[in-house]
Amino acid sequence: MKRVIYVDNAATTPVSPAVLEAMLPFYKEIYGNPSSIYSVGRKAKAPMEDARTKIARCLNAQANEIYFTSGGSEADNWAIKGAAHLMAQKGKKHLITTAFEHHAVLHTMQALEKEGFLVTYLPVHENGIVRPEELESAIRSDTALVSIMYANNEIGTIQPIPELAEICRKHGVLFHTDAVQAVGNVPIDVKAQQIDMLSLSGHKLHAPKGVGALYIRQGLVLPNLIDGGAQERNRRAGTENVAGIVGLGVAIEEACAGMEERNRRLCAMRDRLIEGALQIPRSRLNGDRQQRLPGNVSLCFEGIEGESLLLMLDMKGICASSGSACTSGSLDPSHVLLAIGLPHEIAHGSLRISLGSQNTEEEIDQILEELPKVVSYLRSMSPLWDHITKNDRN
Amino acid sequence: MLYSEKVMDHFANPRNVGEIADADGVGEVGNSKCGDIMRMYLKVENDVITDVKFKTFGCGAAIATSSMATEMVKGKTISEALKLTNRAVMEALDGLPPVKVHCSVLAEQAIKAAVADYYTRRGIDPTPIVGKIPECEEGHCGV
Ligand SMILES: Cc1ncc(COP(=O)(O)O)c(C=O)c1O
Repeated sequence: MKRVIYVDNAATTPVSPAVLEAMLPFYKEIYGNPSSIYSVGRKAKAPMEDARTKIARCLNAQANEIYFTSGGSEADNWAIKGAAHLMAQKGKKHLITTAFEHHAVLHTMQALEKEGFLVTYLPVHENGIVRPEELESAIRSDTALVSIMYANNEIGTIQPIPELAEICRKHGVLFHTDAVQAVGNVPIDVKAQQIDMLSLSGHKLHAPKGVGALYIRQGLVLPNLIDGGAQERNRRAGTENVAGIVGLGVAIEEACAGMEERNRRLCAMRDRLIEGALQIPRSRLNGDRQQRLPGNVSLCFEGIEGESLLLMLDMKGICASSGSACTSGSLDPSHVLLAIGLPHEIAHGSLRISLGSQNTEEEIDQILEELPKVVSYLRSMSPLWDHITKNDRN
Repeated sequence: MLYSEKVMDHFANPRNVGEIADADGVGEVGNSKCGDIMRMYLKVENDVITDVKFKTFGCGAAIATSSMATEMVKGKTISEALKLTNRAVMEALDGLPPVKVHCSVLAEQAIKAAVADYYTRRGIDPTPIVGKIPECEEGHCGV
């Protein structure tokens, strides 16, 4: 089989060997329910608490502020629905978010709109970054919650979280951030950055799928999203995903410990890829050049369509993704690309390459070798490209 | 979303890609906003389509349906080509995912648009023969 170049780490990441190693005993010997009294259960408890401590340390939180969930989507749902319902009791029913959140946030907001909440969607502008002054002027006396993602999953732009959170604190508004793409890639300090709630997900940082966490600042008591048993100090029911939680702890520790060095390497590969890809005529980088995740390269190529680009790259063994309409099964291109003001016809031709620690310089070479060929092949059969180049000549 | 092997074959090795410089009819359907444009070129001799080429901007299914449609009309008479339905193109490709059905509709329309152009060039009003080819409108792509 041809070697596969996996550059879709924003979609998910492979489980790291150390993570898998740490998890296995909890499927084999230590299979007990951590709530049980006998030793095969009890033995599962301490490693879970150890994972909680590791996560807290990476975020500068306290261990008792970390609640395990089934992933990023659940954490987002819990934080947003919980905070909205909590504040609604005080008559506050206005929420603020951005136009380019992940669907886990956007669709949650839409569900709350149906319940009678009012939601303001802040613009993210051409560079894909929220302007703090626009947040401040959107805040009203009945604003309950602001939810703004730490880093965007598609175009990789990093938001000015400390400024945004400070504004919220000043106005007495709760602040949640979906940090699913940021944790382990960007230094986060929930105390210094005044974050009230933060969502994270294991499978974006080399832990398994189906495990994540919500940080909830001490003193903030959200209504439960999942009712049932007494797990997670009565706040999130369900027998714990012990192995996944242990894996998440190891993964976060690895990600945070090696962050600086890894980012130096990733940024160098990312920048080489961006510079190389932008040699292709009529290509553009989506989102701010500087304020972006170390591994994110988001591009648009005029005159071609994203899904056919992905399929061609896949035939060359390159796994990437696209915000093209066709990959999402709808006819509109990604809401993220439209939110940064790209016209439909350009947004259709998008490509997201997201690098991870396992990627190599040789893989960047190969992508830079194949990508221009694939783009020109597709352009050679594109009537849209004919139109574009004809307009150039006129 | 999973494409059939036939779709992938026609995507990876599209038949009849290109242009015909002295085409007898050229038709283009779709628009860039919707993410699909297909253009078909026909060469016609004695009412028979002797050559056909296409250019397509669009997803994998758009390219595969264009390719299959050109194969299905090549060597056929004009009236046979006009009988080509999107369903027949889909069946020939062993099916398409539901969200991609509009690509096969576009392929059928592209052939019709090229035939219409062929009649127009010969001073014949194509509408009674070919019928109306719907425009791809904003917010209402394809289907
Ligand atoms: C920004 C963002 N938020 C939320 C999620 C959802 O996380 P999960 O897949 O763990 O539910 C993702 C990943 O798909 C994401 O990228």
